[in-house]
Amino acid sequence: MTPKRKQRLLFVGLIVLGIGAAVALALTAFQENLLYFYTPTQVANGEAPQGRAFRVGGLVEAGSVTRESDGLTVRFTVTDTAKSIPITYVGILPDLFREGQGIVAMGKLDANNLFVADEVLAKHDENYMPPEVGDAIKKAGMHVKPEGKP
Amino acid sequence: MIPELGHFALILALCLALAQGILPLIGAQRGNLALMALARPAAQGQFVFIAVSFLCLTYSFIVNDFSVLYVASNSNTALPLEYRVSAVWGAHEGSLLLWACILSVWTLAVTVFSRSLPQVMIARVIAVMGLISVGFLLFMLVTSNPFDRLFPAALEGRDLNPLLQDPGLIFHPPMLYMGYVGFSVAFAFAIAALIGGHLDATWARWSRPWTVVSWACLTAGIALGSWWAYNELGWGGWWFWDPVENASFLPWLVGTALIHSLAVTEKRGAFKPWTVLLAIFAFSLSLLGTFLVRSGVLVSVHAFATDPGRGVFILAFLVIVIGSSLALYAWRAPTVKSGGSFSGFSRESLLLINNVILMVTAFSVLLGTLYPLILDALNLGKISVGPPYFASVFVPLMLPLAVLIGIGPLTRWKQDDASSVLRRAVPYLFTAIVVSLAALYTLTDHVSLLTGLSTVIGVWVIISAVRDLIARARKGQRLPRAFIGMSLAHFGVGMFILGVTLTGAYNIEKDLRMDVGTEVTIAGYTFTFDGVTEVQGPNYVASQGALHVTRDGKPIATLHPEKRTYRVQTMPMTDSAIDVGLFRDLYVSLGEPVDNGAWSVRVYYKPFIRWIWAGSLLMALGGLFAASDRRYFIAVRKREDVPNAAPARA
Repeated sequence: MTPKRKQRLLFVGLIVLGIGAAVALALTAFQENLLYFYTPTQVANGEAPQGRAFRVGGLVEAGSVTRESDGLTVRFTVTDTAKSIPITYVGILPDLFREGQGIVAMGKLDANNLFVADEVLAKHDENYMPPEVGDAIKKAGMHVKPEGKP
Repeated sequence: MIPELGHFALILALCLALAQGILPLIGAQRGNLALMALARPAAQGQFVFIAVSFLCLTYSFIVNDFSVLYVASNSNTALPLEYRVSAVWGAHEGSLLLWACILSVWTLAVTVFSRSLPQVMIARVIAVMGLISVGFLLFMLVTSNPFDRLFPAALEGRDLNPLLQDPGLIFHPPMLYMGYVGFSVAFAFAIAALIGGHLDATWARWSRPWTVVSWACLTAGIALGSWWAYNELGWGGWWFWDPVENASFLPWLVGTALIHSLAVTEKRGAFKPWTVLLAIFAFSLSLLGTFLVRSGVLVSVHAFATDPGRGVFILAFLVIVIGSSLALYAWRAPTVKSGGSFSGFSRESLLLINNVILMVTAFSVLLGTLYPLILDALNLGKISVGPPYFASVFVPLMLPLAVLIGIGPLTRWKQDDASSVLRRAVPYLFTAIVVSLAALYTLTDHVSLLTGLSTVIGVWVIISAVRDLIARARKGQRLPRAFIGMSLAHFGVGMFILGVTLTGAYNIEKDLRMDVGTEVTIAGYTFTFDGVTEVQGPNYVASQGALHVTRDGKPIATLHPEKRTYRVQTMPMTDSAIDVGLFRDLYVSLGEPVDNGAWSVRVYYKPFIRWIWAGSLLMALGGLFAASDRRYFIAVRKREDVPNAAPARA
C-alpha cells in the first residue's frame, strides 16, 4: 500500500467512524426524548408511566381552575369527557388557557399520581382543538358506545 | 372586476409557464434555435402576469374588497394599512401566490443575468423553472384560488390573525421564500447540466452566485422569523425546534453544505456528482418544507387524510419532482468524472468533512421532524420528539464544524501538511482561550465545561476570520469580494455561537406575582411594577403595564408590556416590552391579573441575545458580498466579446 493510499484509507476510516458516532448519538438522544401521548382515561386507568415525562391532553374542566395567592401555582383538571385527571403547574399559562379550552400538558406523574406539568400548550386560535385532544375525546366517546354501560 | 382580472392573469401565466417549460426543452434536444429562444420571452411574460395577479390581490386588500373570500377571511377595515398589505401573504392561498411570484422574479433574474451562457443551457434552466412554476400555478388554480368570490359579500372581514400583526411578518415570509425558491435556480442548473451531460467547473461557476444569494436570503429569513418569535410569542425564546421552523432549517443546512461543495467543484473540479445531488436535495427539502407547512399535515395527519385535496396535490408534486430528478441523476451521474484528486489532508478533505457533518445534522433534524408524522399516519401512536433531542444532537455536531472554520482557510488546496497547519493555528487557539477565559471571568463566577468550550470555539472562529482577512491583505493583493464575504460570514458564525452560548448559560428568567410597587432585582437591574392601565389600539384594547428599571439607583428604562384583546378575533395576545442592548436585553411580559391590581409577570434578563441575530445577518451579508465578486462578472464580459460562441455550441 502506498503512503498516499494509506492516508486516504485513514481519512475514509475517520469519516465512517465520525458518522457512526454521530448516528449513535442521534439515536440515543432520540430514544430518550420521545414523548408519548396519553389520554386522561389512560392516565386514570394507570396506563401512563411513573417517573417518565409524557404528554396528556384534554379539555380544561369548567370550574376546576384554582390559583394560589402567589399568582403562579395553578391547579385544574383536564377531561376527555369520560374521565378527568388533576394537573398542577407553576408559572404563567399561555394566553389561550381558559376553561373549556383544549390543552396539551407535558410533565410527569408524582408519587401521589398527580400530574405535574412543566409546560402547558394552548394553540393560538380560539376555535382550535389540539388534534390529540380531539382524538382522545372521540376515543372516549367510542369506548362508551360499543361497551354500553361498564 | 379586479379579482377576476387577477384570476385571469394567473391562468395566462399558467399557459405561458407551460410553453416555457416544454418548448425550450424540445428545442434544446433537437437543436432548434427558435424554440430555445422562446424561453426568455415566455419567462418574462409569465413574470408580468403573475405580478399583475399579485397586485390585483394586494389592491383587493387595500380597498377592503370583502367580496373576495380570502380578503374577508384575513383582513378587516380597522387593520392598519401596512398589515393589510402584508396580509396578502398571511394565509394559505396568498402565500402560494407569493411563492409563485418570487419564483417568477428569480426566473426573470436568470433571463437578465445569464446572457453569456450557452443557449442550450439557458433554455434548459429556464424550462425547468417553468415546469416548477406550472406545478405551483396549477396547485393554486385547482385547490387554492386566492380570488374566489364570497357571495353575498361580507360586511366586515374576519381580521388577520393577531400573531401575524407584527413588523416581523411583513419581512419574514418574503425573505424566507426568496431563499426557498432561490434554490430552484441551483436545482434548475443541476438538472439542465444533467440533461446536457456538461458538468464542469463552468457549471459550478454559473450556479454559485445564485446559490449563495438564495442561501443569504434564507439565512436572513430564518433570523427574521426567530426575531419575530422572540418579540411576539411572549416567552423570550428564540428557537423552539418546532416542525415549522425545522422545515425552513433543513434546506438551510443542505444549502450550507451546497455552497461549500460548489466552491470545491468550481476551484478544483472535484465532488461534481455530490454537488449536483446536494443541489437536488436543497430544493427538494424546500419543497418538503412547503408541503409540511401548507398541506396541514403538521396540524393533524388525520385532518390531512380526511380533506386530502391540497395535501395530495403537493405530495404528488413532491414525488414527481424528487423522483424524476433522482432518476435523471441515477441515469446520468455515473458518466460524470469526478476530477481533481486530493490527498487526505487538504482543503478539499476538510470541506468534505464539513459536508458530512452538515448532512448528518440535516438527517437528524429530518428524523426528529418526520418520525412523529409517520408513526401517526400509520396509527402507531402519538409521540412527539422533545426539543432536548435536537439540542443534544445539534451541539456536539456543530462544535467540531466550528473548529474547522478556523483551520480550513489556513489549509491549501490539493495537499497540505497537517502538522504545519496545526503549528500555525496554535497561537490563535491560545489567544482564543485566553480571551474567552478573561471575558468569562469578568462576566460571571461559574462556568460549565460546555459553556467554556463553546465560548472558546466562538472566539476562535471570530479570531480566525479576522486573521485570514489580515493575512490576505498583507500579501498586498486586492482582496477579492468572495474572500471578504467568506470572512464576514464566518465572523457572523462566531458571533452566533457566542450569542447562543451566553444566552443559554446566563439568562435569568423569573415568573412572579407583582403588586403595584413590588420590586425585583435580577442581574443587578431592579424592576419596579407601577401598575396597569387600559389603552386603545386601532383594532384592539390592551391592558398596558408599566415597569421602571433602575441599576444602582440610576434609571435605565421604562417598559410597557401589553396584554391585548383583538376586537374581531376576541383573542388575547401578549405583547412583550424589551429594552434592547448590545450585551443584554431586559424583557418583560404580562401574565394574567391576579387580584387587587396585582399581575403575574415574566421578567427576563437575556445576555448577548442580540448576537444571535447580528451574527445571522452578518452571515447573510457575507453571502451577498461574496456573490458580488468580480469573478462572476468577468466571465460574463469575456463571453460577450465572442457573441457567436454560444449559439455555435448549440
